[in-house]
Amino acid sequence: MTKNKHLYFKLFLSTFYLSAFTFGGGYVIVPLMKKKFVDDLGWVEEKEMLDLIAIGQSSPGAIAVNTSILIGYRVAGLRGAFVTISGTVLPPLIIITIVSMFYSAFRDNKVVNAILKGMQAGVAVVIFDVVSTMTLTILKSKKIFMILLMIIAFLAAYYFRVNVALIIIIAMIIGVIRK
Amino acid sequence: MMYIKIFLSFVQIGLFSIGGGYAALPLIEQILVNQNHWITMNQFTDLITIASMTPGPIAINASTFVGTKLGGIPGAVVATAGCVTPSCIIVITLAHFYYKYKNLESVKKILETLRPVVVALIGTAGAAIITVAFWGTKRIGALKDINIIAIWIFLFCYIILKKFKKSPITVIILSGIIGIFVYGGII
Repeated sequence: MTKNKHLYFKLFLSTFYLSAFTFGGGYVIVPLMKKKFVDDLGWVEEKEMLDLIAIGQSSPGAIAVNTSILIGYRVAGLRGAFVTISGTVLPPLIIITIVSMFYSAFRDNKVVNAILKGMQAGVAVVIFDVVSTMTLTILKSKKIFMILLMIIAFLAAYYFRVNVALIIIIAMIIGVIRK
Repeated sequence: MMYIKIFLSFVQIGLFSIGGGYAALPLIEQILVNQNHWITMNQFTDLITIASMTPGPIAINASTFVGTKLGGIPGAVVATAGCVTPSCIIVITLAHFYYKYKNLESVKKILETLRPVVVALIGTAGAAIITVAFWGTKRIGALKDINIIAIWIFLFCYIILKKFKKSPITVIILSGIIGIFVYGGII
């Protein structure tokens, strides 16, 4: 029982911590979750994590919330899912409640803006690190088909701005017809 | 009665915002500004500003912001709960099927094909975040327009992350502190 409590507490704390410091929405928190739960804690396998992210991205709702529900469910079942969802939702709930009370002062504050501008570079570093590691894993697999698929998906999303849900659906269809 | 209405409106936002983040904005605008007149267009713009300046998903930020305005802290909790309820039900159902069938050959093949695509999608978001940090826009700009200070912070933080093995959160907090000094006009 104490072991379980410890697990729930750690799940809550990890998601709370990640949610409190991830500026810039779902795509920032997802790589951080991967780092935390795959690389640091080892609770989820890397391949499994990518599957969970795919499910989170193609379901309705916020990607950060969806992915945290999936991780909680994976680690500790339904209760785990409720623990991680609370951990993810509480920081924005608390912060926005406070900020919305005096938001014009917050918006025009010079120090707040300086912190946020500095953090853009810090967030970029973390994302760069996670993305380069994952890309290398795909490249090292030496599966030409997978490498091509990755490049095409990147070009479609970044240069041609194809809808993310559409890209995932097309990839699933390719997976169904592939021999 | 009011709380039920708030709850149901945010269930709609949670249910129909697919693709995350800014893709949900037009829907949020329609439900909050045009349909229910809970906030004005100006407040909606403020909401976007606040959401992009604070951590957390934009739909959750919107729920809390409008919920607080309509019914204080209970309003915020009801709106946020409404927003995440569809996610909870749908994602847990999908997860259940994923763990039940992921070892089937056909499902395995689909998942295998999805993995490089997911890496690419995260890469797309990463590229946008990096260009925002360096150029202030979501696209690569001219070399002369690059923000040199941002490059230095980037390199410094990269060394802290890789060589000194500090956690990502530590690196992000550190970059915020550097921001106060280099952008805040203290030096």
